[in-house]
Amino acid sequence: MTKSSVNTVAGHPEVWVTGIGLVSSLGEGFEAHDAALRSHAAENVVMDSRFSPYLVHPLAQLDLNKQIPKKSDQRQMEGWQRIGVYAAGLALDDAGLPRGSPLRAHTDVVVAAGSGERDTAVDARILEAAAADGDIAVLGKEVLPAALRPTLFLAQLSNLLAGNISIVHNLTASSRTYMGEEMAGISSIENAWRRIGAGQTQIVLVGGALNAEREDLLLGYELGCNLWAHPFAPVWRRRDAGGGFAPGSAGAFLVLEASGHARARGARPYARIASVASARSSRASGEVGRALEELIRTTCAERPSTPLPVLSGASGVEPVTEAELSVLRARAAVVRAYGSVLGHTVEAHLPLGVALGAMALRRGAFYPPFDDSGVELSMDGALDDVLITSLGHWRGEGAVRLSRISTGEA
Amino acid sequence: MSDTRRYTNAKGRPVVAVTGMGLLTSLGRNKDETWTAMIAGRSGIRRITRFPTGGLRTTIAGTVDFMGVEPYSAYDLSLAMALAVAREAKQQARLPSAASIPGRLFIATPPAELEWPHLRALDAGCPQAERAAYTHLLAAARTGRHRALARHATFLAIPDALQEELGTLGSPVTICTACASGATAIQLGAEAIRRGDMEAALCVGTDATVHPEGLIRFSLLSALSTRNEFPEKASRPFSRGRDGFVVAEGAAALILESLAHAEARGAPVLGVVRGAGEKADDYHRTRSRPDGHAIISAMRGALDDAGFSPEQIDYVNAHGTSTPENDKMECLGLRAVFGDRLPRLPVSSNKSMIGHTLIAAGAVEAVITILTLRAGVLPPTINYEEPDPDLALDVVPNVARPASVKTALSNSFGFGGQNVCLVLSRDP
Repeated sequence: MTKSSVNTVAGHPEVWVTGIGLVSSLGEGFEAHDAALRSHAAENVVMDSRFSPYLVHPLAQLDLNKQIPKKSDQRQMEGWQRIGVYAAGLALDDAGLPRGSPLRAHTDVVVAAGSGERDTAVDARILEAAAADGDIAVLGKEVLPAALRPTLFLAQLSNLLAGNISIVHNLTASSRTYMGEEMAGISSIENAWRRIGAGQTQIVLVGGALNAEREDLLLGYELGCNLWAHPFAPVWRRRDAGGGFAPGSAGAFLVLEASGHARARGARPYARIASVASARSSRASGEVGRALEELIRTTCAERPSTPLPVLSGASGVEPVTEAELSVLRARAAVVRAYGSVLGHTVEAHLPLGVALGAMALRRGAFYPPFDDSGVELSMDGALDDVLITSLGHWRGEGAVRLSRISTGEA
Repeated sequence: MSDTRRYTNAKGRPVVAVTGMGLLTSLGRNKDETWTAMIAGRSGIRRITRFPTGGLRTTIAGTVDFMGVEPYSAYDLSLAMALAVAREAKQQARLPSAASIPGRLFIATPPAELEWPHLRALDAGCPQAERAAYTHLLAAARTGRHRALARHATFLAIPDALQEELGTLGSPVTICTACASGATAIQLGAEAIRRGDMEAALCVGTDATVHPEGLIRFSLLSALSTRNEFPEKASRPFSRGRDGFVVAEGAAALILESLAHAEARGAPVLGVVRGAGEKADDYHRTRSRPDGHAIISAMRGALDDAGFSPEQIDYVNAHGTSTPENDKMECLGLRAVFGDRLPRLPVSSNKSMIGHTLIAAGAVEAVITILTLRAGVLPPTINYEEPDPDLALDVVPNVARPASVKTALSNSFGFGGQNVCLVLSRDP
């Protein structure tokens, strides 16, 4: 391993995607996303300017009762947890593990998470009082204990999305929550893939959720001046205004499964995860491009030299977005930046990309361009594999290659 | 040595050795200082001086006050402690400071979040009329003048700084399993070496979150001891009068290597990670299933992963938080796993002296467990003045005890149904 090297192993047994649970600004489930992304996706973009000058992609209306039947459970969660628990339930159902299925007790949980949610109204009240009276410690102690609720604290714990998934969906094998912004999503997919590949486990629920409609979340990212604060533009068209990301609310969960296990229970796979690789480049000049080159070499070593279909997780933050584009252009890749349509979903972004890639492979056709930037070329014909990239807006690089499972194999 | 069979375990996977350890707690800056204080039965719990505590229900903690991090922030102190323990571990593993560690970083860090002084810095100078929830804070952030605060809200910031200095390879892996996180970091490192993904790993847990909001949150859950008058007496695991845990700060690092790799380069073998078990509980967000099923499964899972029977465990480093609920459930679980032997099996809680180091606890206590195995001395459970008659345990009460122990179980349990147990041995 070199300093910014990638890590990969040959996956034995094969790791299949056998369930997908997706909620976003475009709606819920396979059909809603497939339809919106295949018919003039750019026109289907849903934006919300209530946090102006920032744009966010708001979550579509959900009937929470469908996946979180107990009101008491709904009350014990905040937005990102409800989104995630809902999407996780969709993935389990889609994989043929309905409520009550004994397999749920053997399904490992892997979640990519960030920080929890704060009550911004409470924070504002405390700041206001502190500005008037000066003593933040005393004010905090008087106002906070009265305003905080135990449930709010539980919503702030990063592992409580996974915890709520265990409780609501009765998953009681293991529970691991990975952190680190985009790297959380990369670590999650990589860990699930490696464990199944090494025979440590047969079936894993993996994914993440982002509630973009939160000022505390926006503040965390805007401290580093990472947000897009201009009228809507697709990811590839933000460079001239300095770049930035528009957060998107989404929940993206996958059921990953050893091929033998899936076959034995007659599960219908979407795609195979052929390879996963990750890296950490210093982001010094040229470093991230070199890291991406190495990720592509590692994940695509065995593929023929046909044009490479890429679902890019580019956030729009510069200069990393430009660096990614120049590497992909040099390879004549056929690129789709799904963040242009769904927003940047940070921890959930790689799981979301893998979900979209697996859906395209089941359809057997890549998506039409997601924008009119001219960067995204059209691609006709059969789809054999898709590369999903995830270059963190600040740090962390990852790539996943999915490949088609022929009907004979499944 | 030519006998390479020693390099794989009963399941044919690489044996995972510990070749370097670093430890920092309220009792000391390194392994030696902490260990010396622990076997003397000293407490690191004290009155909080970091900030005014008037009005708080709990005013004591196991703070780390000697790192010279001013002003305090959870990020800055957690990073300083993580760097200190990682350097200590690297040095003990005889890896030159300029050299890479031939594997990945697996790390458990506290939540990345802005604290009140940071919010106030953003808020300062805003005219009253323009205040509206977070809108003006966002406007302040947009100026780019507060970029230095971004580290507090970035989960990757601590791992990235650590990787930059320690020279781990690949991408850093950051984990949160609440109060089991430190144990999970070790589990992930051991798994990666066993899979053959890498020859070595740096596993770190760090937590420095004694700040007003941190205390208020745990107080809201009625989790903290309120025995403020005698801080060093507050943490009393398995005692009748226990009334909650004491929040504490600490960090620990372990360098793991395949035994083959360690011996080939002449590294010291301090101990062995035999196995790990984990089990999710779906009963409640902060409480265990009353029958202890998940705790029991995690302990049995660790034994099974190690290929050991319960009879082969000589000592248990308990989670032992000093909350009424945890200690009762842990004892119930231990009884199920160890049966009639339990009253004769020493079970002690480091938290009686160093408090609960939260995210770091699993790593901190794994290091202490290996120190225990190497020293042949069991650290005591102090403040054990009034036994809880329902918890018939040999808690190594109050005074350290010499004992030859080869293999130990280290327990870590966390909110969100997290249960992780490690089996650690002295000899390969």
